[in-house]
Amino acid sequence: MRRRSAWLYAAALCAYAFLYVPLAIVVLYSFNDSRLNAEWVGFTLAWYKTLFADDQMITAAGNSLLIGIVASFVSTVLGTLAGVAMHRYRLRVLPILIVAPIAIPEILTGVSLLIFFVMLNFTLGLGSVALAHIAFCIGFVAIVVRARLAGMDETLTEAARDCGATPSQAFRRVTLPLIMPGVVAGALMAFTLSIDDFVITFFTAGAGTVTLPLQIYSMIKISVTPEVNAVSTLLMLLTLLLIVVAAKISPTLLRTAREP
Amino acid sequence: MALLDIQRVTRRFGDFTAIDDVSLAIEAGEFFTLLGPSGCGKTTLLRMIAGFDLPDAGRILLNGKDLADTPPERRPVRTVFQSYALFPHMTVEGNVAFPLEMARVPASERKARIEGALEDVRLQGFNKRYPHELSGGQRQRVAIARALVTHPAMLLLDEPLAALDAKLREDLSIELINLQKEVGIAFVYVTHDQSEALALSHRIAVMNRGRVEQLDEPSKIYGFPRTAFVADFIGHCNLFGGPVANRANDVVTVDVADLGPVRVGVAAGIANAAKGTVAIRPEKIRIAASAPEGTPDNHFRGTVEDLLYMGDVTVYRVSTPGGAKVEALLANSQSGRAKFFEVGDAVEMSWPVGAGHFIPE
Ligand SMILES: Nc1ncnc2c1ncn2[C@@H]1O[C@H](COP(=O)(O)OP(=O)(O)OP(=O)(O)O)[C@@H](O)[C@H]1O
Ligand SMILES: [Mg+2]
Repeated sequence: MRRRSAWLYAAALCAYAFLYVPLAIVVLYSFNDSRLNAEWVGFTLAWYKTLFADDQMITAAGNSLLIGIVASFVSTVLGTLAGVAMHRYRLRVLPILIVAPIAIPEILTGVSLLIFFVMLNFTLGLGSVALAHIAFCIGFVAIVVRARLAGMDETLTEAARDCGATPSQAFRRVTLPLIMPGVVAGALMAFTLSIDDFVITFFTAGAGTVTLPLQIYSMIKISVTPEVNAVSTLLMLLTLLLIVVAAKISPTLLRTAREP
Repeated sequence: MALLDIQRVTRRFGDFTAIDDVSLAIEAGEFFTLLGPSGCGKTTLLRMIAGFDLPDAGRILLNGKDLADTPPERRPVRTVFQSYALFPHMTVEGNVAFPLEMARVPASERKARIEGALEDVRLQGFNKRYPHELSGGQRQRVAIARALVTHPAMLLLDEPLAALDAKLREDLSIELINLQKEVGIAFVYVTHDQSEALALSHRIAVMNRGRVEQLDEPSKIYGFPRTAFVADFIGHCNLFGGPVANRANDVVTVDVADLGPVRVGVAAGIANAAKGTVAIRPEKIRIAASAPEGTPDNHFRGTVEDLLYMGDVTVYRVSTPGGAKVEALLANSQSGRAKFFEVGDAVEMSWPVGAGHFIPE
């Protein structure tokens, strides 16, 4: 028994190390006083200064934030409605239609959206990226919201009606406040997914538009400078923060939604 | 005109008929109880009155107006749910204020109304508490206050005491009776607990498999059950069925296969029946080593097979030579006494013709 748990412990340790050591190295070398990610020279914040002086980087970050906010807001509204509909009408196809985009490989989503936009003569840019992000975020929000609804006592809605509330009043005053943790968690989730997304963004951004992940990619094509480490560290920090907040608000979140 | 008129209402779920051609009328200010075993359709009927469900056939009229097209929020009836269904994100005050807000009662008037309703259920001072900070009994009171605050025409209570312990249930029952008297609102009360129904109600509708078996005052339901089901469901009852062997004046003799001829008094007007059941409550049966001289109209010998000590009384199950099982009950009036007879004792049971009740088939 003891022996076995020791093995398990060691295996888990290895797995976590495999996941987190590379990340730790990225973070560490963002503070390294050298152009090379090779040996530790000394502590510096210079790369963060370079980062904040880099206009291209700032523009990319601004685009990412803008898309993230718009995409998470719109997908939260639509995803909440979809979650409510899935819960209320219990149709079999609805959950599949909404959740399928989560399971479909991102590259397929990216390519098909690109073809779609081109077919419609839709100019590729911030707008098309935002639309694409909205499309793949809705499913995540819907799942989280539906999980929250499933845990809600159905008689509460009836009680609201019984107390004289119309269906829409009952939704606003009783259902919505009770599923709010799910909605907020879904929104944070959507924001994180949008900020981090590379593949779908790559296909739908067109020529001139750059987001943070795209910018990082184009920089490492040349060479991995510690500036990339610095921006990655910040991005990681933001993502981590949002996940922690989301998990705090909705403890079931990490169990009901796929890891990004 | 009755306050609520249920006319030939039927509700089916697939092949299953949950409510089968039920008609009943509930008067203003009445404490009306729907009593029946689990699954007999009580909640289904209540939900149709509240408007959460619609009849497949028949009509429900309130003050003479058909409710078919009135959604729940526009029906002047309020439900007290078995699970209380308090809004967990609102305080006690918020919960009670909710129906007032929905009814657009001006804010200036609300405060007094809320206080009044909380006073009715004796919960003053709990305004700022959240539902999870209350005990089961207190939550129940908030649910009732929330239902009463807009002065509806009728309150629907679905097993409101089922989740509470026995002592609290008794206390709250008494409070409910007083409250109902005080506010004068008609209560439609659902329960499967016959003693609760007998204690609380002005009238009881005993339901079985989606039908109303009997609708009467509690004493009539208990004393003169119209069907064998009612007799058995309302308190324990010995039921002896068989063909009618003889009818003389007001006494009928029923030939009970495993017991023998049982004589029972019948009301004068009752039609001649070829078959029937004699219902007799265990407490009406006298049990002794031998029946007293010359008296009773019915007496049967038997052997004590089981006994069940219940504190104030002991229930004896006696089997007769023919194989009939008869329940008789004796009060343990003397303190410390647990029983008069032992298992295996030979006893004689007796009762007068007036003790039984004849249910014609
Ligand atoms: N929505 C539904 N779909 C299918 N069957 C239903 C539905 N609602 C109720 N029933 C059935 O109708 C019957 C009556 O149900 P109802 O809830 O009215 O019983 P009840 O008398 O309230 O019982 P209890 O005392 O257990 O609450 C049950 O057999 C139940 O299974
Ligand atoms: Mg029920």
